[in-house]
Amino acid sequence: MYQLLKQIAATGILTEAPPQPDEALRVVAERLRADVLRHFAGALTIRHVDAGSCNGCELEIHMCNNPYYNLEGLGIRFVASPRHADMLLVTGPVSRHMETALKRTYEATPDPKLIVAIGDCGCTGGIFGESYASCGRVSNVIPVDVAVPGCPPTPVAIMQGILTAISAGRK
Amino acid sequence: MKLDGLNIELTQMPGAVAAYRAVVDAAQWVDTCRAIQEQGGRLVALWAADARGEGRGFIAHAALVVRSGLLVLTHPLAGASFPDVAAIFPAADRMQRAAFDLLGVAASAGDDRRKWLRHAAWPENEFPLRKDFDSRRRPHGEPSRDSNADESAAPRVTGGRIPHPSLPTSLPSEERRLEPPFSTWEKGGDEGIGAPAPPLDAYPFVRVEGEGVHEIPVGPVHAGTIEPGHFRFSVVGETLLRLEERLGYKHKGIEKRFESMTLAEGARLAGRVSGDSAVAYAWAYAMAVESATGVTPPPRALWLRGLLLERERIANHLGDLGFLGNDAALAFGLAQFLRLKEDWLRAHHALFGHRYLMDVVVPGGVARDVTPEGAVRMRSEMDEIERAVTVLKSVYDEHAGLQDRFINCGRVAPGLAARLGLIGVAGRASAQSWDLRVEYPYPPYTELEVRMSTHRNGDVAARVTVRFEEIFESLRLCRLILERIPAGGDITARIPPAAAGAFGVGWVEGWRGEVFIALETDSGDRIRRCHPHDPSWQNWPVLEHAVIGNIVPDFPLINKSFNLSYSGHDL
Repeated sequence: MYQLLKQIAATGILTEAPPQPDEALRVVAERLRADVLRHFAGALTIRHVDAGSCNGCELEIHMCNNPYYNLEGLGIRFVASPRHADMLLVTGPVSRHMETALKRTYEATPDPKLIVAIGDCGCTGGIFGESYASCGRVSNVIPVDVAVPGCPPTPVAIMQGILTAISAGRK
Repeated sequence: MKLDGLNIELTQMPGAVAAYRAVVDAAQWVDTCRAIQEQGGRLVALWAADARGEGRGFIAHAALVVRSGLLVLTHPLAGASFPDVAAIFPAADRMQRAAFDLLGVAASAGDDRRKWLRHAAWPENEFPLRKDFDSRRRPHGEPSRDSNADESAAPRVTGGRIPHPSLPTSLPSEERRLEPPFSTWEKGGDEGIGAPAPPLDAYPFVRVEGEGVHEIPVGPVHAGTIEPGHFRFSVVGETLLRLEERLGYKHKGIEKRFESMTLAEGARLAGRVSGDSAVAYAWAYAMAVESATGVTPPPRALWLRGLLLERERIANHLGDLGFLGNDAALAFGLAQFLRLKEDWLRAHHALFGHRYLMDVVVPGGVARDVTPEGAVRMRSEMDEIERAVTVLKSVYDEHAGLQDRFINCGRVAPGLAARLGLIGVAGRASAQSWDLRVEYPYPPYTELEVRMSTHRNGDVAARVTVRFEEIFESLRLCRLILERIPAGGDITARIPPAAAGAFGVGWVEGWRGEVFIALETDSGDRIRRCHPHDPSWQNWPVLEHAVIGNIVPDFPLINKSFNLSYSGHDL
C-alpha cells in the first residue's frame, strides 16, 4: 500500500500539468466543460458501438480516458446501456452483420440523442468501402450528427467531435 | 526434397521465413497432418481458394509448423470437398466452417457443419470468395446504398435525418417493412430509416439442460468500449457451465477487398485487418510480397521493422496491464498504465508519424527512418518506462485484492492448451513455448537471441506475468536494436513486377501471437488471393474452456487476459 500511495503521489495530477502541454487540448477541454454544463446539466453519457471497425478507433476512444485527456473528469461518461445514453459514438464501416444491432441500439437510445461517427470508415466507409459485407459509412444506416475523420482520429479529434455535436445542441 | 520424416515431396519457398510447400492429394493431406501432430507440430492456418479461372478447380491450403519451419500444403480438389482434419487439430473446425461459408468448399464428414462467418448477410448457396461472386451486389435484392460511387467520398452528416431510399415493390411486404420496433424510429414514418436491415440471424447454440440451468446471452453490442461478438453463457447460479461464442459480426469482406487491389495497395489494408496489430500484419504482408517477388529488404529496414514490432508489443501490453488492473477494481492501475501508454504513443507519432504505427512497414522495407536524435529520445523514454513499470509490477504483485482475483482465475492447464493449440501470449502462460522470434527467427531476430517468457499455471496471473516480462524483454530488444542497427543506406528495396500466380507467405510474432499471411499474385501486380490469419482463430475456442467453473463476474477479467481480436478473426 505504501508503494501504491507513493506512486500516486509521485505521478501527480497529470491532467492539469501534462509533461508536454498541449494548448489545443486545453481549449478543447475548457469548451467541453462549458458546453456539457450548459446543455447536459454537467453530465453527458455516451454509449460506444463498434459496428465493424478494425479496432484502431477503439484504442483511441480508450485513450480519451487516460489521465492526459481525462474525459470522465469533464462530466462525460461511457455507459453500459444505450438506454442510459445521450450520445452514440459509432466506429467502423457498418458491417452487414452489425446493421441490425446498430439500428436496435439507435432505437433503444432515448430521444433526444446525438450520433457521432468516428474515423474514416465511419465517415466514408474508409478502406473497406461498401460491399456484400459492408454498408459503408455510418450515415448509410442511422442518422449522423457529426462525423470525425482520422485513421484513427486522435483523442483530441474525438473530443472535438463530441464538442461539436453537443454545442450544436439539438433540441 | 524430404523433411522431418514426412513422406511428401517439398520445395523450399524464397523469403525471410523457413517455409516449404508441397502439393498433396487427399490421403497425403490427412496423413501429413496426423504425422505433424504426432511429432508435436501444430496447425497455423487453413483456407481455400478458387482457381477455376486458371482451370484448376478449388484448392484447399493448410499451413503447419514442423521442426524445420513452416509447411504449406496445397491440395487441389476434384470437387468441392476436402478431408476433415478437425479431429487431428481441433482449431481447424472453425477454419473449415469459414472456408465453406466463403467458398462453398466443405470438409467432408466434419462433425460440425454449422455456418461460422456467415450470418444473414448473404444466402446459404452463395459464396463471396468465389471469383464469379460480385462483391458489390446487394444480396437479398436490396437497393444499393453505394453513396461512394456517385457522390464525393466526403463524410456525410445528415443532420439527424436520413433519406429513405425508394424500396423495390417486388419484395414481399415483410421484407420491405422493418419489424417493430424499427418502424417507430421516425415520428410519422412507417418505413423505418434507411434500407431494411438483413433478417435476424438464427444460430443453433448447444443447449445445456438440467435443474437450475439458465442462459445469459451477451452481445453483440457489449457493455464497454470493445468489439462486437455474442457470448452465450449457460450458468447455474453464478457458476459458468458452458460458454459458446458466436463471432463473425465484424465480417466486412477483407479477403474479397484484397482481390480488388494491387500488391502495393494491399499493404494499407493489411495494416487494418486488426488495428492493434498494424505492424505485425503490415510486416507479414510485406514478407509475403517479398517472398512472392524474391526481394530482400535492406538490412537497416529489417532492423527498423524489429524496432517497430517490439514498440507495438510494449504499447499493447501496457494497455492490457492497465485494463486487467481495472477489471479487478484497481483503477489506479488503469490510470498509471494508460499514462505510460500515452507517452509511448506520442513518441510513435513524433518519430514515425502515426500513434499506432500504421503504414510505416511497406513492401520492400519501411517508410520512416530513425534519426540519431530520435534514438536518443527513445533511449531516455525507455529508461523512464522501465522504472515506472518496475514500480507498478511490485504494486501489482503485492496487492492482495488484485492477486486474489488473478490467481487460479480462468485457468488453462498446459495439457489442454497443447491439445487445443493455444498460442501467443496466452499460450506461453500455459507452458506452450512457441515464439517465432525464438523458434523460427527471421531477421533481425536471427541476431538478437530473444528470451522467451513462459509460465505453467495458465491463469490470469500467468498471463499478466508474461506481459510484464515481455515488456522488459522488448525494452531490452529495442535498446539492442538501436545499438546494433546497420547505419545509413536505403530503407526500401524496389518491388519488381510480379509474375502471375506467384505465391508467398509471411509469418510474424505479433504481440498477441503469430500473424500469418498467404498471398497469391495475379497479372498486372494485382492480388489474386490474400488470406490473413490472426492468432485469435486458435485462441477463441480455448477461451470457452478457460471460463468453465469460474463465476460470471470473472468473465470480463478472463476475456481481457486473452484480449483476442474480433476484427482479425471475422475478416
